[in-house]
Amino acid sequence: MRLHGKRPIIFSYCSDPSLLEGLKWLSCYLTTGKHMGFYVSFGTVLLLLAITAPAALAFGFGAAMLSRARLAPVSWIGKGYIAAVRGVPDIAFFLFFVIALDQGIEWLLHQARCPDWSDPIRQGNDFVVCDIAKMPLGTSPQWIHETYGFALAVLTFAIVFGAFAGNVLYGAMSSVPRAQIETAEAYGMTRRQAFWRILVPQMWVYALPGLSNLWMVLIKATPLLFLLGVEDIVYWARELGGSKMARFTDYPHGDWRMWYFLVLLVFYLAFTRVSEVVLARITLKLSHGQATVGGEAQRKAA
Amino acid sequence: MSCWDTVQKYAFQSIGYGERVLPKSDITLCDQFTLIGSGMMVNLYFGILAVMSGFIFANALAMAKFSGNPWTRKPAEWFIFLFRGSPLFIQFFFAYFLFIYLKGVAPIFGPLSAAWLGALIVLFLNTAAYSGEIFYGALLSIPKGDMEAADAYGLTGWSRFRKVMWPTMMRLAWPAYTNEAIFLFHATTLVYFSGFPVWRQQGDALYYAKYIADKTFNPFVPYPILAFYFILLTLLVILLFGLINKRLNRHLPQAQRSKVKYKPNLIR
Repeated sequence: MRLHGKRPIIFSYCSDPSLLEGLKWLSCYLTTGKHMGFYVSFGTVLLLLAITAPAALAFGFGAAMLSRARLAPVSWIGKGYIAAVRGVPDIAFFLFFVIALDQGIEWLLHQARCPDWSDPIRQGNDFVVCDIAKMPLGTSPQWIHETYGFALAVLTFAIVFGAFAGNVLYGAMSSVPRAQIETAEAYGMTRRQAFWRILVPQMWVYALPGLSNLWMVLIKATPLLFLLGVEDIVYWARELGGSKMARFTDYPHGDWRMWYFLVLLVFYLAFTRVSEVVLARITLKLSHGQATVGGEAQRKAA
Repeated sequence: MSCWDTVQKYAFQSIGYGERVLPKSDITLCDQFTLIGSGMMVNLYFGILAVMSGFIFANALAMAKFSGNPWTRKPAEWFIFLFRGSPLFIQFFFAYFLFIYLKGVAPIFGPLSAAWLGALIVLFLNTAAYSGEIFYGALLSIPKGDMEAADAYGLTGWSRFRKVMWPTMMRLAWPAYTNEAIFLFHATTLVYFSGFPVWRQQGDALYYAKYIADKTFNPFVPYPILAFYFILLTLLVILLFGLINKRLNRHLPQAQRSKVKYKPNLIR
């Protein structure tokens, strides 16, 4: 097997890399098929962020609503979820959920599709479900396996970060001045109306500092995708950086993993910096006209 | 085999005493508790040493960032940004491959590519950056009146820092610093998943938990055990840091004392 595929060739002079030198060699090396996979995996990271951020927010919103419930056992569920996820190393949760969710889904499918199955599902060290309950089915094409793995990763991220977001949103909901709710009640709004029409629109200003922090945290958690078995940037950096011998590739080189991880380090630093700048702008915009210290400072400056 | 035999066999597995081969089948609950507990010693080793050494460096960083001289301020700012702005996971990977490279240059760097030293250095630098930022924030929020009082007493230079600024900075920073310490202990679980090789199956608590989960294909026992140990550790840290907090606040009236609250909301 040739580790660096010959196709697709972007530059015409790349047909015989052994004759090339310097920048030309580098330009050919950086455009091999494997490197394209590396560049695409940056997209995977961004896709994960784009899906996970709203999903985690939804989980967090649910958790915050549960925590506020008037029925004590319901609020314990919300608070317990938030406390449990925050008290344990996150990476343990990632490793746990990825297997637990997989087994949970297979177990449910097994119950639904093979009701006549009599053998126990846990046999010693094995987890056995009937063939048509396997997720994904053994006959599925490769892309379904990859998508399923990615979906599990997204769900895991959403569960873990949902707890963090839930904590932030719960705090924000309690920060909205009580007088606002009282006014809503005076207008004859029901509890539900007051929640959706008064509390929720106002809580975002209070939630923003916490949520921006969470966004930074989420960015820095994306390399953990690697632990969940997704072919992300960490996977490719290890794969591409390892030393390659001339026997197996057109582009032999020594151990370059250090340089590949340096690129990742710079990528994350740049991403963090850009996020910081953008979030600062949003904060500025949202405090405009608010009865807060930030809003007051803007009014005085104008 | 009784549980006590298991404990004798595996309790110090993670630091190289007792049985060297991990159980492959018929892993009992007792095995799991013992092995994961044994792994906790490695987490404690990394956590305690990194917190203690990082504390000293963090103080220096905070002072450097606070100083008016750009020659000390800029490097401190960059250092803090470098370690706070990138994931610890990537830092581990980069450091490991850097250490491997250094080993090739000069054999004296050999021990760096082993987890016990290499990972400890990364954790030390990382926690120093996070704590440095906390201390810097606390320096900025020292009440103006405290400094004016120091001036009125004629305190300057080192004695002003030693007697007024530093104690107040510690007092203000302590609740946040407690959470930083807790989080550092959590972060130690990343070590063996980020390049640093496990030598003779002597890993940390998460390494054993994953080993057991992979062998038994049942995540519902080892990970809760791990969670149990970590919650215990978290409570212990809160207790210990709470005592120090009490001492730092001992001169204040009851109502003004700041309490240590468990409030971690960051991942590295």
